[in-house]
Amino acid sequence: METKPVHFKNVSREESFGYDRKTLDYIRNAAAHGLYEIRGMGAKRKLPNFDDLVFLGASMSRYPLEGYREKCVTKTLLGTRFAKKPIELDIPITIAGMSFGSLSANVKEALGRAATEMGTSTTTGDGGMTPEERQSSKTLIYQCLPSRYGFNPDDVRRADAIEVVIGQGAKPGGGGMLLGQKVSPRVARMRTLPEGIDQRSACRHPDWTGPDDLAIKIQELREITDWEKPIYVKVGATRTFHDVKLAVHSGADVIVVDGMQGGTAATQTCFIEHIGIPTLAAVRQAVNALEDLDMIGKVQLVVSGGIRTGADVAKALAMGADAVAIGQGVLVALGCNGETYYQNGALHSAEADYTAIGAAAGFCHHCHTGKCPVGITTQDAILEQRLSPDVGAKHLRNYLKTLNMELTTIARACGKQNVHHLEREDLVALTIEAAAIAGLPLAGTNWIPGQGF
Amino acid sequence: MERLTFDLATTSLRELNTFLHTDAKAGKVEAVTVVNPDGAHNIAVGLDCPINVEVIGHAGYYAGGMNKSATITITGSAGTGVGENMMSGTVHVKGFASNGAGASAQGGLLVIEGDAGLRCGISLKGGNIVVGGSVGSFSAFMAQAGTMVICGDAGDALGDSLYEAVLYVKGSVKSLGADAQFEPMTDADIATVAGLLDKAGLDHDPKAFKRIASQRSLYHWNADANQEY
Repeated sequence: METKPVHFKNVSREESFGYDRKTLDYIRNAAAHGLYEIRGMGAKRKLPNFDDLVFLGASMSRYPLEGYREKCVTKTLLGTRFAKKPIELDIPITIAGMSFGSLSANVKEALGRAATEMGTSTTTGDGGMTPEERQSSKTLIYQCLPSRYGFNPDDVRRADAIEVVIGQGAKPGGGGMLLGQKVSPRVARMRTLPEGIDQRSACRHPDWTGPDDLAIKIQELREITDWEKPIYVKVGATRTFHDVKLAVHSGADVIVVDGMQGGTAATQTCFIEHIGIPTLAAVRQAVNALEDLDMIGKVQLVVSGGIRTGADVAKALAMGADAVAIGQGVLVALGCNGETYYQNGALHSAEADYTAIGAAAGFCHHCHTGKCPVGITTQDAILEQRLSPDVGAKHLRNYLKTLNMELTTIARACGKQNVHHLEREDLVALTIEAAAIAGLPLAGTNWIPGQGF
Repeated sequence: MERLTFDLATTSLRELNTFLHTDAKAGKVEAVTVVNPDGAHNIAVGLDCPINVEVIGHAGYYAGGMNKSATITITGSAGTGVGENMMSGTVHVKGFASNGAGASAQGGLLVIEGDAGLRCGISLKGGNIVVGGSVGSFSAFMAQAGTMVICGDAGDALGDSLYEAVLYVKGSVKSLGADAQFEPMTDADIATVAGLLDKAGLDHDPKAFKRIASQRSLYHWNADANQEY
């Protein structure tokens, strides 16, 4: 019997590095819509981060403290430079500024309740202060943003501190965005805008243009509050060394440095992924600037952008931060990107709602749509019921507690009775990149790339 | 006590502002005169009561900033951000004003008898501004609500990215910004202009003004907008 040779059709599966499927997808999208993509959350690309550092725990040459018995102080003071009433926190972990508008009123209330229970602060966002937020949050930082939406002197007087926002890690040089579907009647009223329009916040402050002006603006805020309240200045991480120096020059009590992993509710993807520097690089530059000006311990540094775990907090503190601020981690604790939501005493699947907005649990960055399947980044009357302040506050309190326990455990392992005693000398880097960026020796060596030549 | 005088040559600014926030608010005086301001910044900021403050001379940045209820008069000129974020009351500048006059004001009336610099009425959120002279470029940038009456000329890019604020100009407009357009004056517009001119104490023919408002073509983000964003 005659047998024919079998011919296999050779299908090429050689993927291009430069034109991988993600890039093909991007180009097709661009061609289909003629618009850049807008999305929520922070940079998704792989960046050097705090995971690239490890602590040198105590051993022969250092003496550890008992892991969970011995005292380890977490008290944190912010705003000691000029303010008559500095901010005193029980833990160095704060809630980052997120707007009512991007988040529901329920979420803002949950943040305030959990933060108050844990003795820490929350921060308003681009859209003003809500009564729910002021009432639920014992320590509330009031942002003064370029848009000045809802900004008013009564809330300035009601605030515990004021944060002048120059920029955000997710979009240094860019203003906020809130697409029409989230501009509900209440949000519109607070921002003095027509309902339902796509709202683009300003990227520059309306009444000052540089650090010399900012110094006068800060003085105005101090005069209005009779020099009682600390003034924070928040910068998105770019030329951090110089920006921090200029913020000190402008008279800031506290400087908040937000790295490129920091989140957003809606920004162009090209912005999120391609503008700004990683948090790790920014912390080092910020601390260098404060050291250069002999301002360590006088001007406090708050670091944000991709702080997720207690280890991240400990590393940021060891590198020289006085506190951290968390946004995305907080949202995840509330249920962001979860498969289910808890309502009326039972868990419900959110799968269909993720599918409806073209996302899936674990991959969702669709905060900009206002159709958050788990009820966090929404103004929709039905969706926002999916996150009650009670449930949210409980989860967030647990998350903050966990972070604080991890932080103190690490501090004790390094022999510190106070988390603020963690120091750079306690850290080494696992990669050459992280070593160079953070100015720390590569583990097992005394080599800091770029230094000591 | 009826009227109290603060001499900024001998008294600190902080003392003046603290007095205005506490004793003045408690009703201890009806009027305050500030002499020798010498261009000091942040004079009479954050006031929260219906007091009269007269500044004799020139003020620096943010004079009358975030005003609520007070009537503040500056007999000279004012620096950047005069009456910024005002909520209510009146700030009246007899001379000229620098950049960002009335920025993000949510209410009240800002009167500038002379010219105003760049970005006058930027981010306006409901306040009214009357300028006796001309305004610089980028005035009413992103203005959201409120009214501006400009008796002189306007510079480049007037009303760029306007929302719902309405502008009236008597003189020439060098150029309009993105999304701003001239619109016909209605009787209601003429009445608005007349009312504001009257409040400001300026004598102009309200019918001689042109109306500028938003085309609203940037309100929604769509692929056919040809990317003016």
